[in-house]
Amino acid sequence: MPLLDGGHVVEDPWVLVPDDAPFPADAPALVTLKRLPEARRPGRRLGVLLGPASRAEDVAAALPDLSLIAVEFPKFRDGRGFSLARTLRERHGFTGEIRAVGHILPDQYRFLLRCGVSTVALPEGADPAPWQAALGRFGVAYQPAAAEEAPLDHLRRRLAAP
Amino acid sequence: MDTIERHAPASASMYKGAGIYRYDDFDREFLRERVAEFRAQVARRLAGELTEDEFKPLRLMNGLYLQLHAYMLRCAIPYGVMSADQLRQFAHVARTFDRGYGHFTTRQNIQFNWIALEDAPDAIAALAEADLHAIQTSGNCIRNVTTDEFAGAAADETVDPRVYAEIIRQWSTLHPEFSFLPRKFKIAITGAPGDRAALQIHDIGLTAKRDAQGRIGFEVWVGGGLGRTPILGFRIRDWVPEDALIAYLEAILRTYNALGGRENIHKARIKILVRDVGQARFAELVEQEFATLPREKFRLDPAIVAAIEAHFTPPPFAAVPDAAAALAGAVAADAEFAAWVGRNTHAHREPGYICAVISLKPIGGVPGDCTAAQMDAIANLAEQFSFGEIRVSHVQNLVLPHVRQDRLHALWQALRPLGLATANVGLLSDIIACPGLDYCSLASARAIPVAQRIAERFADLRTQHDIGTVFINISGCINACAHHHVGHIGILGVDKKGEEFYQITLGGSASNDAALGDIVGPAYAYDDVVDAVETILRTYLAVRSPGEAFIETYRRTGLAPFREALHAAA
Repeated sequence: MPLLDGGHVVEDPWVLVPDDAPFPADAPALVTLKRLPEARRPGRRLGVLLGPASRAEDVAAALPDLSLIAVEFPKFRDGRGFSLARTLRERHGFTGEIRAVGHILPDQYRFLLRCGVSTVALPEGADPAPWQAALGRFGVAYQPAAAEEAPLDHLRRRLAAP
Repeated sequence: MDTIERHAPASASMYKGAGIYRYDDFDREFLRERVAEFRAQVARRLAGELTEDEFKPLRLMNGLYLQLHAYMLRCAIPYGVMSADQLRQFAHVARTFDRGYGHFTTRQNIQFNWIALEDAPDAIAALAEADLHAIQTSGNCIRNVTTDEFAGAAADETVDPRVYAEIIRQWSTLHPEFSFLPRKFKIAITGAPGDRAALQIHDIGLTAKRDAQGRIGFEVWVGGGLGRTPILGFRIRDWVPEDALIAYLEAILRTYNALGGRENIHKARIKILVRDVGQARFAELVEQEFATLPREKFRLDPAIVAAIEAHFTPPPFAAVPDAAAALAGAVAADAEFAAWVGRNTHAHREPGYICAVISLKPIGGVPGDCTAAQMDAIANLAEQFSFGEIRVSHVQNLVLPHVRQDRLHALWQALRPLGLATANVGLLSDIIACPGLDYCSLASARAIPVAQRIAERFADLRTQHDIGTVFINISGCINACAHHHVGHIGILGVDKKGEEFYQITLGGSASNDAALGDIVGPAYAYDDVVDAVETILRTYLAVRSPGEAFIETYRRTGLAPFREALHAAA
């Protein structure tokens, strides 16, 4: 699947490991929350896929071992993932990659980034153009976000150029 | 029509004297970006790149609803405050893109009922010319913040809520985390002990107040809402210090966003979450979130409050003596003027000034409707009499907030030929009604004609004045847009096998003594509901004690005498 990073399509090195499959020997492994305990091993690049009802607390203890947290959006109207991403960044200080997967619209791209999401998994064949357009659409915002921005005061800020 | 005329900018002197938030370049840059985004979204929809399912939440967050006959554009009037030029721009939109009128709503917004999808971006661009927008007037996001229509003017006010309403408006605008909530989210704020903003029927209600040292803080109510499960909000905190306001709101919203119901649209409001987990547990969850938020990031620094405050200019009040005696003379000389002053004014904190309410409830009219010509005329009167400032009340009337007492009679005389001097504020014809089956695709029954027929039944204003204060609220379906649960007399339209019926409740209130009304009995057919309302009011006249208002009588007697009279009349 194409992976969007900073508005550009990039290579995705991660392999989603089904619950009944063995862990790959030499690729970074993206596992479900269920398999997270057995997947944790020194030296392994590990990611976890969180369902929409997951809370940051569910993975808090494992954060030092995680390079990637994929947050699932079952429907673009379901905004729980925004709070989940932001809590991972702001409360738990997670600095690895946060990836949005599922049904997401380009119109939500800025919101995702401002909540601390780093990458978006696009459906196969998706055109990145509307995503790039969405990135440049707003130069200003009215509230603090998870990401570092140039605050004009505590409410207003100028957003980083894409 | 050429595009220059469609985009006619409002005059440069848009804010002359009006005590409203003045936009700067930052605010205008943001609005331009938002208009461009919406224009692109409409183009993608028209080109088939967005499905209707995907387009719907995007257009809703720009105030565009699909109704029974056409699209409806709901424009924000932030906390119900606008300048004369902004009202003229609404008149321009009404003439250019609609059928020459607009409808003021209970959430201090204005709706245009006949907008074509292709025109919507141009209509929104025209609004932006006057620093107006339709952002978050619908959709599952934080809606237009509402407040007391006499904010900044009322004699009983302790804190001017407009500054905080504006801060909340800015903070909630395109909030990255809270734009896809389980359901809509409404915040009301007041700065007076007398609740004129219906705090307890809001998702969050805030009372700004001062402690013994004069510091500002907020009492916070949460979990109120009407609809098919009416619940009054509970007080979650007696005091949130000013600098923690945004952090505390973030904590409530985040708790709701994570845990609110998403399966069933009818169980998705915060009131249901509060009911299901319990008030104490909900408060605990919010406190946990509040305790772990990066508080410094969200700290509402006094400097920010001061900066926002600087966007408001206090109206240049003249040092005039209190003119109560002169006003009393004019009142004594003219009974009609006396009736209007008695119902349509409110005490002002500045000596020599008074707030005047322009009733949008002429007998037989559509509650809240206003023609473009009336809007222009009211804008002119606002400039002549009220420093160019106009308010929308949550009962769908307009207010000129700062009128000199010695010019009140002249204002009244100017309003009369415009059909805008109906002396019925708070009387039985000052009805709140939703658009109902005449416009709304959700409605089960008509609401507007019921309101018109009740007002016509009591067309003689003397009878109305004798009955005195009584709030009648008529909703065309259980979504309760007209707040029928909290009307002194609440009327709910229901569909019974294709026929319109109306259920009546008594004893509701949206004020400090908030209460949900009691159902009086079986529903009435469309042809009988006005008779039932008349029977209720005649019963009140018969059983009231001297000086007792309708709601007081009801609280003393309960349903019994009203039920008996209705039964006897059936």
